[in-house]
Order: sequence, then structure tokens, then C-alpha cells
Amino acid sequence: MTQTASTTNFEPTTYAPVEPGGDLWTLNLGPQHPACHGTLRHVLELDGERVVACTIHIGYLHSGFEKLGEHLNYNQYVVVTDRMNYVSPIANNVVWHHACEKLFGIEITPRCKVIRTIIAELARIQDHLLCVGAAALDLGGFTAFLYGFNEREHLNDIFEELCGARFTTSYTRVGGLMSDISERWPRMVREFCQRLPAALDDVEKLLTKNRIFIERARGVGYISKEDAIDWGLTGPLARSAGVRRDLRKDEPYLCYADNWDGHGSSAVNFKVAISEMGDCYGRYLVRLEEMRQSLLIVDQLIDNIPSGPINVPADDKKTLPDKSEIYFSIEGLIHHFEQVMTNRGHQPPVGESYGANECANGELGFYLVSDGGNCAYRARCRPPSFINYQCFPNLVVGHQISDVIAVLSSMNIIAAELDR
Amino acid sequence: MNPYDVSLVLQALGEAFPNIDLRAKPLMPKANAEDEQTCITLDRDNLIDVMTFLKTDSRCAFSQLCDLTCVDYMDFPDASDRFGVTYSLLSIEKGHRIWAKCFVNEPNLQVPSVTCVWRGAEWLEREVWDLFGVKFTDHPDLRRIVTWEGFGSHPLRKDYPLRGIGEREDYAKLTRESA
Repeated sequence: MTQTASTTNFEPTTYAPVEPGGDLWTLNLGPQHPACHGTLRHVLELDGERVVACTIHIGYLHSGFEKLGEHLNYNQYVVVTDRMNYVSPIANNVVWHHACEKLFGIEITPRCKVIRTIIAELARIQDHLLCVGAAALDLGGFTAFLYGFNEREHLNDIFEELCGARFTTSYTRVGGLMSDISERWPRMVREFCQRLPAALDDVEKLLTKNRIFIERARGVGYISKEDAIDWGLTGPLARSAGVRRDLRKDEPYLCYADNWDGHGSSAVNFKVAISEMGDCYGRYLVRLEEMRQSLLIVDQLIDNIPSGPINVPADDKKTLPDKSEIYFSIEGLIHHFEQVMTNRGHQPPVGESYGANECANGELGFYLVSDGGNCAYRARCRPPSFINYQCFPNLVVGHQISDVIAVLSSMNIIAAELDR
Repeated sequence: MNPYDVSLVLQALGEAFPNIDLRAKPLMPKANAEDEQTCITLDRDNLIDVMTFLKTDSRCAFSQLCDLTCVDYMDFPDASDRFGVTYSLLSIEKGHRIWAKCFVNEPNLQVPSVTCVWRGAEWLEREVWDLFGVKFTDHPDLRRIVTWEGFGSHPLRKDYPLRGIGEREDYAKLTRESA
């Protein structure tokens, strides 16, 4: 567990509650506000500059993802998951097919596991870079934001090399991946691993001991450990409040589990970043440390990607066959045709299943109900942003308007995942 | 530790509520018993009692409501009930999970709210009300959450078509004269 500095004797900022019926002023913050990071609307009741009450209105980006999930098959729906947390889309792909494979009872190949673990960790870095950068930006520190975005560009290049798209990746498939990695790709990831620590150091030099940043972030948006659990918080928000929970350790999957390749390989080695602060500053420190730990994980795997197929064998009619088989053999063509026909396609067992991964914002899970058909009967998404966001009024009451923005950016609410 | 070892939980529940048939069964039978996810079925009369017990008892210690959702079993093969409100509970300290279901049928689509047990249930219950039309009694603020007030339908029901029933087209438009 990572110990964080300067935890001694710091009282969270609180103000005495005002008497109701005082001379309050109502301010509508959002939904179209540059500091809101998406269409989020808050109605603030203000006593001077101080927030007395906050009501959240969401739903501006509701686009019926769960309804679509009942009409798209298990491979098609991955396109929709890209649009959920669009800051780290590839992690959503990995979770969606993790949940599908749990439903189908498929064990993916070791090569696929390693690639998925690497891209999940790169997505975590991608997400945290934006969040840390935006947290600084909203507090007036533009440079850290640019440092973060510069590195995100390189990550986008890596994803582009992987699957041709920089954001809407749709890279995973049931039982495997869209395509194998290129020869160049591991080199690109390695180069990125070498250059990122310097950028993180730069960000840290700018912010961690910056007095302005500390005074704007320390003690702001405080949540206690008990409250964090009660409100259902997961991910960096919960860990920065002292909740020791990380699905990668507690319910290991992919390469986070021992014996992931069936030949006794041990799980990847990393530490869970945790802080007891529970405020914006704690969340910043946890995210920074998580990026360093993610780099460590990628470092362990990138030189040891096992050879072998990326997809489970096509014989059991659960995966799409390789394109070379489709184009050059009649069996492959028939197999592919059967897979994509609406009245054939996937034949999962009847039942219900929940699969979740630790994503950048917390536990992202899918609760799938299958009636044996080609599409899910119900594709419930457990969105971390939605569940994290509902405690927001409790975090900002008593603070000033400018702190509302600080808390909001420290929580990294993604509106598309919030409303789905 | 096996995260899905919930036999102790079921034992504790059986001791505390000997008169309730929990109908514990896996969400889906798996070849490997360790992968199975256990689900119990509750009635709306005993829901709050059992949920409170699950949270407070030291053997269960389900301190977190991981997820709350609903499934409309209208077209599901061999289903006898219409809506299944599904609770996904998680114990932070013990690391185990359990699922609970409460079935409701028309015309009485009401379930007691668990916001008194876990505060995090508030938005999740609002979402189920909005998208499925299942009401949660004693909820502090049961408004629609992702669609707008005045939207008459519950779009995740199975009898609601994918393209809607014309709410978008028929919605009253603001004109320059009327505004």
C-alpha cells in the first residue's frame, strides 16, 4: 500500500450550516458550462459565495444504451461501449467482453489476456492523465493539463496502431480480439513507458507541492470512509478515502490472477494506491500513483507477450473466424455467415451473469441476462460515474462556488457514462 | 479467499429468518462451482428486514450496495413474474457478493425503498422507476432521473419499442409566439 505524504492534523474545511429561510440566491451551473466537463447541471443554493444546497439534474446525454443492448448482438454492442466512458474507451470494450465471456463460459487465450491487460492499463493511464490534467486546469494550472494531453496523444497513436481508431476503438470480440497486434506496436508501447515517467514527474513538480494547488484541493470535497462505502463509491474516489478495494486484487481476472496462462505464471506485480485523505488532493495523489503502478504492469507484460492465437478456436462456433479463412475457404465463409445471421449467431446458455473490472473510475460491470438468443435479453451496465456522482451534493455543501468546480473535476464524471 | 463463498451468509440468513424461503440458487449454473454467483429471492414484505440483516450482521457484512437494477421478464422463457428488481450486494471487508431479487407484477408495482439501508440506492431506484415504472415506497425523492418529467413511458420495458412511441415527435414545441 502506498503511503502518501502530509497527512498530519488537517481538519477538513466545514462551515456552520445556515438557518433555512435566509436570503439565498439560486445559481444554475451547467449544463453548458466549460468547467462542467460534459452536460451536467447543478442548481446551487447560495448564501453569498457559499453553497447551502445543491441539486443535480442529469439525463441530458441519455441515449438508451441499455435498450440498444437488447437489440444488438454481443459483438455489435462493443461499438456502443466505446461511447460510454469516452476518455478510456478501450477499457469499456475489455469489460463488455469480459462479462460476455463470463456468460458464455469462454476462457480466452493467454496472448489475448496479456494484450487485454496491457490495453486496460494503458486506458487507465489515458483516463487519469486527463483527470489529473483537468483538475489542475480547473484550478488555474494550465501547464499540467498540456503535459497530460501531450502524453494522451501518444496513447492515441498507440491505439490507432492497434485498431485503426484513436477513440472509438471497438477492439475486443467475443473470445478474442479484432486483430492481432502489429510488429511495431510493442515498440511503441515500450517507448511510451520510457517517456511517461518524465511527464509524470513534471506534473508532480508543478502540482504536488504547489501551495496554490494544495490550498485549493486539500480538505475540499472531503468524504469519510464510512460514507464512501455507504454511497457505493468505487475506484480512486473510494481508495482516496481509505477503502482498500481494488477488483484487480480482490476478484482477480486477466493477468491479475495467478496461473492466468494455465502454466503457473504468477499474477502481475503491483501495489494498490491508497490514501486516507478523502479530499481532492488525496484523489489527485491516488490517481498519480495508479498511473505509475499501471506503467509497472505494462512494463512486466510488454516484453513477454506469449505467442499463439488471439482468439479461442473457431470450431466451437463462438468466435468469428479469421478474415483469411472467410475470404479463402468455403468453411470459413459459412461459419462467418452463420455467426452474423440474426436467426443463428451466438447461442449463450440461458441465465444471468455479472462481470466487472476495475476501470479508471471504479468498478465498471455488466449484468447480462440471456434467454439463449443472439442478443442479450438485458444488458445492464453498472456505471461508476453514475454511482459516484450521487454523493456530490454532500461533498460541496459548505464550500464556495469555486470549490464546486474543484470537486467536480477531481471526481472525473463522464457524462456519457453517467446518462448512458 | 474465494469471493463467492456465500454458504456462511446463507447459513446466517437461515438462522435469522427460519420462516422465509430464500430460494437460493446460482444466477447461472457453472461447471466450476467457485465461479457461481448466488441469488436469493425476497418478497416485498420481508425485503427491508433481510437487507438490514445482510448489512449489519457480522457474518454477512454487505456494507455496499453495488448495483440495483430491474429486469422485465415479459418475454423470458418460462418466467412467471413480470419485473425482477435485482440487488447486487458487496461486502468490502469480506470480499463476497450476493444477489437478491424481488419480483413484482402489475398492477401492484411497488417495492420498499432500501435507501434507509444504503444511501447509495437513491439514484439507482430513481433510475428503475424512470425506466421500468416500478415504484419504491418511502423513497425520499422519487423523480424521473434520465428522462424528463412529463415523459409518460418507461422505455426499458419490453413492450416499449426501440424507436419509441412518438414522444419526440409529439412533444410540445416552443415557438417564438408562445414563449
